[in-house]
Amino acid sequence: MSQYSVINTRVHNVDGIAKVTGRATYTFDVKLPGMLFGKILRSPHPHAKILNIDYSKALELPGVIGVVTGKDTLGVKQGIWRRYQDLCDEQILPVDKVRYIGEPVAAVAALTEEIAEQALDLIDVQYGLLPAVYDPMDAIKKEAPEIHQGFERNINVTRHIEWGDVEEAFGEAEYIREDWFKCGGQAHMCMETRAAVSSYTPDGKLTVYHSTQAPYYMQGLLAGVLGLKEGNIRVISHYVGGGFGGKFELDGAIFCSAVLSMKLFRPVKIVFTREEDFIATKRRTPMFYYVRTGVKKDGTFCAREAKVFTNGGAYTGMGATALYLTGFFHSFPYRWKGYRYDGYRVYTNTLPSTSMRGFGAPQAMFCSEQQIEWIAADLGLDSIEIRRKNAHYPGYEVPGQATIASCGINQCFDTIKDWTKKKGKLPENRAIGFSAAGFMSGGIFNWFDTPYSFSSAVITINYDGTVELYVGAQDIGQGSNTTLAIICAETLGVKVEDIKVHSGDTEHCPADLGAWGSRQTLMAGNAVKMAAEDAKKQLLEVAYAQSGFNIVYDLDIKNRWVHAIARPERGYDYAELVKKAIRGKDGQRIVGRGYYTPHRKGMISPAYSYMVQAVEVDIDKETGKIKLVDSLTAHDCGQPINRLGLIGQLEGAFSMAAGYGYLEYMPYEDGKLMNPNLVDYKVIRATEMPDVPVAEIDTYEPEGPYGAKEAGEGLTNPTAAAIGNAIFHALCVQMKECPIRPEMIVNALKEKEEKERK
Amino acid sequence: MEKQLLKLTVNGQEYELYVTPKTLLVEVIRDHIGLTGTKRGCETVSCGVCTVMIDGMAVKSCSILAVQAEGRHVTTVEGLEKNGKLAPIQKAFLDHGSYQCGFCTAGMLMSCEAFLDENPTATEEEIREGIEGNICRCTGYNSIVRAVEAVVKGDYREEEI
Repeated sequence: MSQYSVINTRVHNVDGIAKVTGRATYTFDVKLPGMLFGKILRSPHPHAKILNIDYSKALELPGVIGVVTGKDTLGVKQGIWRRYQDLCDEQILPVDKVRYIGEPVAAVAALTEEIAEQALDLIDVQYGLLPAVYDPMDAIKKEAPEIHQGFERNINVTRHIEWGDVEEAFGEAEYIREDWFKCGGQAHMCMETRAAVSSYTPDGKLTVYHSTQAPYYMQGLLAGVLGLKEGNIRVISHYVGGGFGGKFELDGAIFCSAVLSMKLFRPVKIVFTREEDFIATKRRTPMFYYVRTGVKKDGTFCAREAKVFTNGGAYTGMGATALYLTGFFHSFPYRWKGYRYDGYRVYTNTLPSTSMRGFGAPQAMFCSEQQIEWIAADLGLDSIEIRRKNAHYPGYEVPGQATIASCGINQCFDTIKDWTKKKGKLPENRAIGFSAAGFMSGGIFNWFDTPYSFSSAVITINYDGTVELYVGAQDIGQGSNTTLAIICAETLGVKVEDIKVHSGDTEHCPADLGAWGSRQTLMAGNAVKMAAEDAKKQLLEVAYAQSGFNIVYDLDIKNRWVHAIARPERGYDYAELVKKAIRGKDGQRIVGRGYYTPHRKGMISPAYSYMVQAVEVDIDKETGKIKLVDSLTAHDCGQPINRLGLIGQLEGAFSMAAGYGYLEYMPYEDGKLMNPNLVDYKVIRATEMPDVPVAEIDTYEPEGPYGAKEAGEGLTNPTAAAIGNAIFHALCVQMKECPIRPEMIVNALKEKEEKERK
Repeated sequence: MEKQLLKLTVNGQEYELYVTPKTLLVEVIRDHIGLTGTKRGCETVSCGVCTVMIDGMAVKSCSILAVQAEGRHVTTVEGLEKNGKLAPIQKAFLDHGSYQCGFCTAGMLMSCEAFLDENPTATEEEIREGIEGNICRCTGYNSIVRAVEAVVKGDYREEEI
């Protein structure tokens, strides 16, 4: 029997009733008295000077209340890397020039959305067109147009990672392989498009409802661009219709609604259309990857070097972090004697790129895991065993970067090997592809430069034993509120239904960096555990005082039952103890506080998840069409906390990762996205989704709450490569670009046939 | 555009409203009547988050004009529960964790409900086809399919209202 009474049991999500009955209200649903509706005028040009904006005619339209342009702002160049001024490069309503098609140039507030939309046509913007550049490999050329002043060859940021003597390690290699890859972008495609309602009042206070992954970031960033004190801004985000890495920066909805509201002293709501969400937010970072890998003939990995050029688009966003993480995870989950990575993030006149679920790692794995498969084939080695031979193990130190505490990847290989063996011989044009991966459990970086701890939690216990849990962590559908309620209930010794989670409101919840980088289970989880332990200690002190037990006995609370551990049958109701404890404190409520900030945990993260995935793929040779038939993922996330949530995260990550692998294509022509709608931008639908069971590998992560670590984001990493590897084994063709599109397969087969004929 | 009288029944409640002929049914449901459980997620009738039932049939409420629903019975997610008691499909969604962010859930529930009425013995493949018009970006659909299968199997039979 499990030592836990709540952890890893099947519980309903704490917000389940609200979500299945339509009671959950999102920013999209918010309606305030006197609220106006805003619309944004967007640049039709990829690169142009703004010479003049005349909106006098728009103001004459009945129902239009106000218009703002860059001149109504403080002109602050903002970015989420606040520590580095250079990387704060985006004015959301630019003052003098636009750098991509879809960039905001003005915003209108009107009585209805329809009127606001009509008013956009009445705004006259004079542009001075500038030459534009769309491809990073063109943008780094000497003669390329300058997108931001002072960035030579349009290089926005560079990242270098190196350990060991790379040349010496290559010298030891008996086989060297080099490949170029091209990884596409991907739209976050949250079901709730970007949305915000801002309300500025004459007392100088701003309240903003926002569909966000990080209310505290929004509070901090808004303060910077609006010239307000953080404490005078309240960000509310109770229910969020998906995030996936696309909703923790300022966006046009929040910024323009806030600027309009400050000018008009009325609440203003802006909701992006699906098209705006595609063309004017941010996207997964497209990357060009050069990889050179040296191995011994027995499959021992010696050295790897990678050069990466990313399409940064017009602004930095979270791209600098993606640039670092792709370089780090490109080494994952293997040991390299020598490793060198040079990443260049290049500005172009396209939609900015940023973080998206996996944060640079899906691109890294697409290249790395395919190349390893090809190396194994080149050398005639077993592709699982070559991976196993070089994989991380518990206690391994990635030189200068990370120390691996828990690591179950070896067992993952066993599980996948067994499953594949049982599959036996597959029909023609069908094969299984493998991919290994790992991911971080929250980043250690503090480029936001906050003085607050990374996560915090406050617990108050009511007279009847019910618990108010306040967290700054943000539930965006990944179920963090449920996971944190489980950790709280387990620690305190009560049931999940005793816990009320308060989140998504900066006025009442302690600061937390929010939902990104797989940080909440480990970081917010540790904060909640600490807060619950603090509260429990206060209760147990009272229990000890009145028990009369010898002090060598341990008391505990479990399932609302206060008892000596040695004599669990003798005890009493926890609510009775709460009443006594409150009386003993002269009527004060029991309050527990907890926080977490990582210390001495390397450069990246306190802990890492591991996984090996097998995907069975069927390919139609005539059309190049891919069908995912079956899969298994062996997964080490430490101690699972929320069982249903974990299954959901795995399945959801697979659908998004598979979409990246073979469906979700973002073609641009002259800086214009050609498919900004859900008819032409394909995502996985129910009929395309295979069975994706997970085999949990049991490990215990010492740094995580109850041994838990990351689950859900890392699972976006292996799938594109696994699909590529399946195609390689089925058809003997190599896919060096993702998403892998049918015409690529057909062309590769044609090329192969021609070669064979010769 | 001149407004015209629209009479329709939503979740058993009769409404009389004045709407312009180009008003969409989803606008009437959300903005005029104020039932915000039904969402909107695209402009191309592609995502299904606005799905409701009209006389028992699943319809994307952004795809029809409100006046086309004249005299019809519309059911939205708010109409699934009766006196605080959840419908079997809602319970199945809870038990199987068939939602994450919840934004597609209302539309997904209505597609499932209409589909189950039509085909109470559906196979997995039929269920997948039944919800093909609804995008869920979070779950990967399989937990939703399991929930519908559980209802088909009769796991919630004694609880049917």
